[in-house]
Amino acid sequence: MAQATETSRDKIDILHFVKANIRDYALLISLLIIMAYFQYSTNGTLFMPVNMTNIILQNSYIVIMALGMLLIIVAGHIDLSVGSVSGFIGAVAAVFMVQWKMDPILSVVVCLALGALIGALQGFFVAFYRIPAFIVTLAGMLVFKGLALTVLGGASVGPFPKEFQLLSSGYVPDFTTFELFGQPFNVLAMVIGLVVTALIVRANFKERSNQLQHSMAEEPNVIFYGRNILIAIGFLGFSYLMARYRGLPNVLIVMFALIVLFTFITTRTTFGRRIYALGGNEKAAKLSGINTERLILLTFTIMGALAGLAGLIFAARLNVATPKAGLGFELDVIAACFIGGAATTGGVGKVVGAVIGAFIMGVMNNGMSIMGIGIDWQQVIKGVVLMLAVFLDVYYKQKQG
Amino acid sequence: MQPILEMRDITKTFPGVKALTNVNLSVMPAEIHAVVGENGAGKSTLMKVLSGVYPDGTFTGKIMFEGKEQKFSAISDSEDIGIIIIHQELALVPLLSIAENLFLGHETAKMGVINWYEAYARTKELLKKVGLNESPDTLITNIGTGKQQLVEIAKALNKKVKLLILDEPTSSLNEKDSDALLELLMEFRAQGISSILITHKLNEVTKVADRITVIRDGSTIDTMDCSDGTVDEDRIIRAMVGRELSDRYPPRHATVGQPVLEVKDWSVYHPHHAERQTIKGVNLTVNAGEVVGIAGLMGAGRTEFAMSLFGRSWGQKITGTVKLHGKEVDVSTIPRAMDAGLAYVTEDRKTYGLVLIDHIKHNITLANLEDVSKRGVIDDIRELQVANGYRRDLAIRSSSVFQKTGNLSGGNQQKVVLSKWLFSGPDVLILDEPTRGIDVGAKYEIYGIINKLAEAGKAVIVISSEMPELLGMSDRIYVMNEGRFVAEMPVAEASQEAIMRAIMRS
Repeated sequence: MAQATETSRDKIDILHFVKANIRDYALLISLLIIMAYFQYSTNGTLFMPVNMTNIILQNSYIVIMALGMLLIIVAGHIDLSVGSVSGFIGAVAAVFMVQWKMDPILSVVVCLALGALIGALQGFFVAFYRIPAFIVTLAGMLVFKGLALTVLGGASVGPFPKEFQLLSSGYVPDFTTFELFGQPFNVLAMVIGLVVTALIVRANFKERSNQLQHSMAEEPNVIFYGRNILIAIGFLGFSYLMARYRGLPNVLIVMFALIVLFTFITTRTTFGRRIYALGGNEKAAKLSGINTERLILLTFTIMGALAGLAGLIFAARLNVATPKAGLGFELDVIAACFIGGAATTGGVGKVVGAVIGAFIMGVMNNGMSIMGIGIDWQQVIKGVVLMLAVFLDVYYKQKQG
Repeated sequence: MQPILEMRDITKTFPGVKALTNVNLSVMPAEIHAVVGENGAGKSTLMKVLSGVYPDGTFTGKIMFEGKEQKFSAISDSEDIGIIIIHQELALVPLLSIAENLFLGHETAKMGVINWYEAYARTKELLKKVGLNESPDTLITNIGTGKQQLVEIAKALNKKVKLLILDEPTSSLNEKDSDALLELLMEFRAQGISSILITHKLNEVTKVADRITVIRDGSTIDTMDCSDGTVDEDRIIRAMVGRELSDRYPPRHATVGQPVLEVKDWSVYHPHHAERQTIKGVNLTVNAGEVVGIAGLMGAGRTEFAMSLFGRSWGQKITGTVKLHGKEVDVSTIPRAMDAGLAYVTEDRKTYGLVLIDHIKHNITLANLEDVSKRGVIDDIRELQVANGYRRDLAIRSSSVFQKTGNLSGGNQQKVVLSKWLFSGPDVLILDEPTRGIDVGAKYEIYGIINKLAEAGKAVIVISSEMPELLGMSDRIYVMNEGRFVAEMPVAEASQEAIMRAIMRS
């Protein structure tokens, strides 16, 4: 009898917890459902190793920019210029490396610095002159679209040096030449996958034991273990797919490192905490001694650098800088953040959410293309998904009161 | 004669607070009726009930207007029968013209097309009635507050007003404009229009009012008839404040030490009107272990003074010196003021004090993240210990430190803000209206916290509009009016009458 009540109370706890965190789970479950659907409707093409690798390569620049955009949206602002800035930086890189024959590494460094400078310039007007970011970055969008055209002289410039192409088309070389089922199998990818999985699960368990010690663990056991098992399956399965093709793309390493870094920044550092406070209540943050102007300037600077990096990756992937590069990227990036649960009013949003949001868009793009759906209907469907995601978010918030 | 308005047994409660208890108010035709009371006595709430801001059903009691019972479900209902309220914050659109503002929402239009000739003609007529000599084309932003007030009244006349309610109409007017406004009310009275005048300025009340209703703590105390010659300022003041100081304040054992904070010749100008001096050469000293109160009415400049002191977070062209422990310090930015040892607990905790969408723990550490982090990385466990410590010490009633501050009651929100500033480790704590909108029990707890701070040797400044609270908490009281300290008194010599007198006669 006592046993029965105990179990039913556990059930209530689990239900309660899931309800309170429904937004996080709903997002992940949506991604899984979308993947399952396209796996079915593309006759298994979606999860083929080569296609999975493609999805990573196609979406890396969106994910990378979404990281910076998340900071900006959490701070209560927006950046419409990221597409143009990334296109412009790609163009500048082409001029440096193709036309001036500059050293690729030096070019990359200068390009990233230039991106940061552009971000800082826009952030300066937002932070110190209080011009709405919408206006500042709308102007930036026009300016840098135009400058990209000017720099390239209206034509495409390429190809890039081999070393630079590696940024997007390179893979981390394997230490063996192992074969599985008669095909090459990248052992390093699998090993790295194992190590990363182990590290993540270990970090989760360490946090859990800390929480238990200070009796602040809110997550029921079942969900905690279930979550970790899912994480392990996800990461190991993904590494397996990568290993079956050509291993880990260089871009994946860069992207993953940045995701980890930005997760750390937003959850563990004073800088991140202050951005959430700034977006949550700017006046209160200011009166708490936070230098809100400097904070805004910094977030825009980071965004600029990331837009620069995304521009380089995109240029390296196409192996040519075109005046049209970066067109419309800002829409995908901003959509990723909002699908991922960031609030338009600022103060709310998670890095993981933005990343999942970006992949929801990415998988849909990829899946619909494989299915042969035209670009026209793709746009319509993506628009509906964005609207639906934000609507559900708002709806649940109103229901919770 | 039938009263034009009768409000009977009006009771209005907010979650946790009873704002009005069985309030009665009756206004005769062609009468100027003054409603007076301390800040927070319930005057504005009563007027919101009357004008339909709080719709029928959200309060109990009866409203009779011209002999008929009225049930308002919105402001437009009360306006339709001729009850017009003019709020303290004027509801005009600054960048539209006088004519456009006058007919906003009631345009002289046919099928949506505005007839400007008619609008201008009627505007001229209305402006003449209120004695305002301006072109209908003039933008609202280009005329002073006094004239804006007249535009509001003209707007009311356009709506066929029978009962005009003015909430603190003269608080931002100079003497000449105030007199003109009062003259106008008397003219309206001659034309048969009644007015309800809410004001702090007792000289105005005795000048124009036919009857006076005094409200205190959400109840009607007295309605006085000015025609019988027994009403004077002292009688009104006694009725306004006449409450006994009981043991609503925990006992204090003050051991006053050396001066901690010394402010000299502090003067500040309004942030938007560079010619308006808001703080006019204030001198203030606070000693270790001392609680110093600043009394004054709304608009006296108390909050402006405190915020200008705290890192120049209000005003411009700030001059004066600040010494802490005898040494002059730089308080020109908020971080510098905090480094010097100042902390300011705002009067508006929702707008300026808390990140409402975030939880208790993050709010408590926000002003001092350095102490829970190393090289910019937050130590979660340490932060949790700090938050839990304050939650326990200040008895913040909540499910855990992970509860959103937006879901806490006013008293507990205030405790979170207090925790934030206690954790910043200040020497001088400025508390601006620390118990506003808080129930009696939580107030007592906050007084206890203030006492403990003083006993720990901190210098505490309390700004409060509740005089009993100042008398119960402070060791010494400064009285502020119109940007100046007009009196300073040890608490032993202070009384509510003495403070009111200092304000009224300054």
